[in-house]
Amino acid sequence: MTALGEARPAEVGAPRRRSEDARLITGRTRWTDNIQPQGTLHVAFLRSPVAHARIERVDAEQARRRPGVVAVLTGADVAGEQGSLPCAWPVTEDMKHPDHPPMAVDEVRYVGEPVACVVARDRYAAVDALEEIDVDYAPLPAVVDMERAVRGEDGLVHEGLGTNESYRWVFENGDLDAAMRDAPVVIERRFVQQRLIPTAMEPRAVLCVPEGEEFTLYSATQIPHILRLMLAVVTEIPEHRIRVVAPDVGGGFGSKLQVYGEEVLCLLLARRLGRPVKWTESRSEGNMAVHHGRDQIQRLTLAADRDGRIRGLKVDLLADMGAYLMLVTPGIPILGAFMFNGIYKMDAYSFTCRGVFTTKTPTDAYRGAGRPEATFGIERMMDELAAELGMDPIEVRRRNWIEHGEFPYETIAGLTYDSGNYEAATERALELFGYDRLRAEQAERRERRDPVQLGIGVSTFTEMCGLAPSRVLGSLSYGAGGWEHASVRVLPSGKVEVVTGTSPHGQGHATAWAQITADRLGVPFEDVKVLHGDTAISPKGMDTYGSRSLAVGGIAVYGACDKVIDKARRVAAHLLEAAEEDLEFADGRFSVRGVPEEGRTIQEVATAAFAAHDLPDGLEPSLDAETTFDPENFSFPHGTHLCATEVDTETGMVRIRSYVAVDDIGKVVNPLIVEGQVHGGLAQGIAQALYEEAVYDAEGNLTTTTMADYLVPSAADLPDFTTDRTETPATSNPLGVKGVGEAGTIASTPAVVNAIVDALRPYGVRDVPMPCSPERVWRALREARGEEAEERGAEPGAGGGLGSAQAGGDQ
Amino acid sequence: MPRISVEVDGVTYEDEVEPRLLLVHYLRDRLGKVGTPIGCDTTNCGACTVLLDGMSVKSCSLLAVQADGREITTVEGIGLDGRHHPMQRAFHEEHALQCGYCTPGMIMASIDLLRENADPSDEEIREGLEGNLCRCTGYQNIVRAVRSAAAEMRTPSENPSESEVTS
Repeated sequence: MTALGEARPAEVGAPRRRSEDARLITGRTRWTDNIQPQGTLHVAFLRSPVAHARIERVDAEQARRRPGVVAVLTGADVAGEQGSLPCAWPVTEDMKHPDHPPMAVDEVRYVGEPVACVVARDRYAAVDALEEIDVDYAPLPAVVDMERAVRGEDGLVHEGLGTNESYRWVFENGDLDAAMRDAPVVIERRFVQQRLIPTAMEPRAVLCVPEGEEFTLYSATQIPHILRLMLAVVTEIPEHRIRVVAPDVGGGFGSKLQVYGEEVLCLLLARRLGRPVKWTESRSEGNMAVHHGRDQIQRLTLAADRDGRIRGLKVDLLADMGAYLMLVTPGIPILGAFMFNGIYKMDAYSFTCRGVFTTKTPTDAYRGAGRPEATFGIERMMDELAAELGMDPIEVRRRNWIEHGEFPYETIAGLTYDSGNYEAATERALELFGYDRLRAEQAERRERRDPVQLGIGVSTFTEMCGLAPSRVLGSLSYGAGGWEHASVRVLPSGKVEVVTGTSPHGQGHATAWAQITADRLGVPFEDVKVLHGDTAISPKGMDTYGSRSLAVGGIAVYGACDKVIDKARRVAAHLLEAAEEDLEFADGRFSVRGVPEEGRTIQEVATAAFAAHDLPDGLEPSLDAETTFDPENFSFPHGTHLCATEVDTETGMVRIRSYVAVDDIGKVVNPLIVEGQVHGGLAQGIAQALYEEAVYDAEGNLTTTTMADYLVPSAADLPDFTTDRTETPATSNPLGVKGVGEAGTIASTPAVVNAIVDALRPYGVRDVPMPCSPERVWRALREARGEEAEERGAEPGAGGGLGSAQAGGDQ
Repeated sequence: MPRISVEVDGVTYEDEVEPRLLLVHYLRDRLGKVGTPIGCDTTNCGACTVLLDGMSVKSCSLLAVQADGREITTVEGIGLDGRHHPMQRAFHEEHALQCGYCTPGMIMASIDLLRENADPSDEEIREGLEGNLCRCTGYQNIVRAVRSAAAEMRTPSENPSESEVTS
């Protein structure tokens, strides 16, 4: 207990160890797959082995007769009740949005699409029976290549739509033609954002427990509230008869921001069979059936003056939707429309995105969702511009970025950046990195033609998070608001329960929200418990994605605390026989101004409010309050990341030698959690640059179905990171927080690729497609050398090209 | 069906099991030892790592029958007696977990790593944990945790309650 008058150390800003950890480090965890009511039946899905085909016949008779099998259902068996999976983001009025049955009925459109399911006594029996189901597929053309798909060259994914183009979305501001006309420097580049598999460590799992006409659905989901509503819409089971629980969830990264067919089907099966049914994904089926991320072809045109000032930017995107539109599939690239301009000023901007259907797994949100793709595009272009002008890449950025004194700043993409200080973050990053020293070493290595070249990559980025402003989401045709809900109740004994609408899956909300509450109410951290992830306990919420939790959900907690304090003040004034305005509230205690010994702690007030023996007239007993928070604006974290790579020009091997990340995420609630989020984000962004890619062959077969083929980096593949922060508070919320979950991922991919290209620019290399595997690096070098050799009429491969590199305009 | 006798976290179990039953499914579904999760089906991720006679194994890569007559330790069997294992404490102290799904496997693999090398360098830790994937932490804090646990295990703390995990 803190003595009277002794200030309690602030919780907000303290590196508090997480209260979540106790159960996670001991294995006392509630993953969905750990929950197993008596009599649970197990579901296994038969998935299409072909990319595109008509289903001619499904024979499940043998499977039905196998021991332990309770039911086998095909798409046709549930056609009348399975509904169509929802898409909540119709980005244009004429967007093509085909039906998306949870189980395919007459046609399959990607490898991994569910065709039938077995329900059996145990998971082994269910999987065994899959092999006894006989399906005749009549092949249809696979549509794999997006550029060919959009021209209709390989046939149609959805015959009835008459096109593979789902939508075309355009944003224009300023006179781009004028900006481009006569611009002394015009750079055009084509970048590919390869397809990624989010790969949360916990595979998906669903358990549905029926109780008469009511259903409790446990799911490894990021979005219990949205899922509940959508399940009701899809199945027509009334919303108030469905309870969704997201127990402990083992990571999401966007992949669990989804309404999956397996969730719908488990609910329908539980209703049909009247018994708990559970499905647990294997990693191999997950790689095919969890929505994928990224997958864009970007054509960028940047016009600038000779002094490096940007005149205009044209963005032409093809975005692979995969075979169907899922919950927010079409909106993901649109989020990028507001970020391609980055932190830079320009006179004109044009953005066109075409959403394209292919016979591949649908895409949707993946950590950063639209913003990494955009940031990659602009940050690669800034380096290309610097190279073109023979200018330092930092200097080019300096000449274009919004200066500290210019905030709030309305960008060419129509957002208002409320605050930022790009100068400070960059200065700090350069200092930590030892920029000048590394540039000197680079020059020295170039000079002596070291086979291992040094490259320096920079990424000065911003992002929009705190999704949020419901009015803005509405103007973008998003199907719901972005507010967040919280309630705070001080229990009769003085302990505090906080209910949040956010639904964490590793982010530490239980700790951070308790820190906010403890500070605000002036109670011990240990006295606060945070509840979440169960629609029966947390009835309202918009869940966790897009780095929105703290900047929206955390602020709702803050606001609910304020309401509790307001109510407590009335009770305290009554108890102390003082006027409300004469009360001071500090460190969790109300006292009469000038008479500090006369007072009541808020926890004592709660006990009195519970007993209700002596309350002010008209005041309801108990001390609790709830609120929703809907901010006026997004928040805009920013930062400067610097990466030094050593690239072996003989083997193509890339080694990250150092990585510095200086992020400005506004006020920090828990620096420990923040650092962890940055590290994890960096790992994921670096993985995109160097390791990960979902690969399809020409027939539309996914060839990266396991973790042996899809290279999630291990500890041995990643470096130590140097991280630091600057602090420019957000103005759109009272805590000044911005959000950190995606920053590392967004910033790091272009920083790494810029570093690799920087190392190889002397050899004539202008780009290396991601992931920059040794083979890709080696090929890029060979191609550059070959072209060079041709130009000079020399033997292919001769010369190496450092000399010509200087001629090529490198600084 | 074959009969096996296995000691898991100090308790002996006698069971009849299908010959093809994976050890991890035996632990989870038959014994209720759900502290060990499954992250893949190709023995790549290491989430299901347990100790078999003191050595780390991926329990999805063994059959239950192969554990006959052996001793298994899961994350639920360390740090009993009311105190956490130094490795568990270190993971908490160094914020070496976020979603926590890989954590039991990481902790068990790290315990085995220190059994083989009581004072590993950061590089040795990184290489030693190559078979255990984490998607949240970027590994830096895991390396830090193993280093710190190694230091503590070389010189056991006089007063381990100081670093008890808050719950």
